[in-house]
Amino acid sequence: MARQPASRLSALLSDSTQHILADWLAALKAAPDTRLSATELETQCESILTRLARACSDGNSGDIEAAAFVPLREMLDDISRTRATHGFSPTETATFLLSLKAPVFARLRAVLASDPEHLSAEMQSAGDLIDALGLFMMECYQRAREEVIIRQQTEISELSTPVVKLWQGILALPLIGTLDSARTQVVMENLLDSIVRYEADIAIIDITGVPTVDTLVAQHLLKTVAAARLMGADCIISGIRPQIAQTMVHLGVELNVISKANLSDAFALALRRLGKVVVNQRRPTPAEPV
Amino acid sequence: MDRIPILKLGEALLVTIQVDMHDRLAMALEEDLTARIVDHSAKGVLIDISALEIVDSFIGRTLANIAMIAKVLDADTVVVGMRPAVAITLVELGLSLPGVRTALNAERGMAMIKSRIDDAAMIATDEDEGGP
Repeated sequence: MARQPASRLSALLSDSTQHILADWLAALKAAPDTRLSATELETQCESILTRLARACSDGNSGDIEAAAFVPLREMLDDISRTRATHGFSPTETATFLLSLKAPVFARLRAVLASDPEHLSAEMQSAGDLIDALGLFMMECYQRAREEVIIRQQTEISELSTPVVKLWQGILALPLIGTLDSARTQVVMENLLDSIVRYEADIAIIDITGVPTVDTLVAQHLLKTVAAARLMGADCIISGIRPQIAQTMVHLGVELNVISKANLSDAFALALRRLGKVVVNQRRPTPAEPV
Repeated sequence: MDRIPILKLGEALLVTIQVDMHDRLAMALEEDLTARIVDHSAKGVLIDISALEIVDSFIGRTLANIAMIAKVLDADTVVVGMRPAVAITLVELGLSLPGVRTALNAERGMAMIKSRIDDAAMIATDEDEGGP
């Protein structure tokens, strides 16, 4: 029963490929897009149709997981990925394939005009197949987007945890972005390794770039401070913005660490701790800048 | 049974842990060290754990205990050379060893102990001379 309509669809697809292709392209070109050239679109549509026809010719048009659909799936996966990276919206990506429905239905109607019962069954199965392919395309699109997000996340976490040496024995760790558990781990490892490498006595954690400090972030900061202390380095937290200081007090967050309003104060304290003094140069002449 | 050697350096005791610590060894160290602090009336204890790759909660607590015992016996404990991975583990275990002083390496730890001994000596001389 399921076999017969399938073969009909495959026959239709292989017999009137050019016809369907022309209709499909016409529908797609009704809403022209500058991101995709006309020739590129034509090649994509044509190869989708040929692959679809070949997949259906095996007689199992209902199941897109079948081996016969592998070439088509690969092709769709590729197209979805390219579209995801080129900034196409989900709707645009889905509409691209779903707009194949209208030309296919039109052809079915033309071929099976005399047999309405058959026609509806045929349209049903063709519709299901194209829907399934459309959903598959969306899945690929989504996956491509997620991959981009994951890659960006790792890049951000790598970029945003630099440890800089300010002076002999003084390190600074300018934190940018929200601190979650995973980032705290990276920050902690970076800081501790740098403490060993630079033989640092004091580490200044600057949180100017941290947008919010809630209890969880505070806990993460304290963990970092505790770990640095176990390595024999003292920590100073600096760069607490006014609003953040207010939020912290309202939330009842206590840091119990030496904290300074800005990095320069923290640096001055660190220098003092190490017994270094910053003095004005002798013979101050007005023309001299420093 | 294995024992961890305790070396005397002036008024300080030096313990270098070179083997993997197991619980019994840690307890033995605690006992030995307590006895030695009293014997030598040591003013400082330096524990080098730079060779230690694994520190579990028991070892962490033993280190904290040693520091507290030493404090009761008027000696300063400095734990030196903790590896980054060990520090992270201890913090994750919730053991931040609040009573233990730490230093990056044996040299700095020794300097900390020495400065404390010197301070104590200075106060002692001041008192002998009738106060500062």
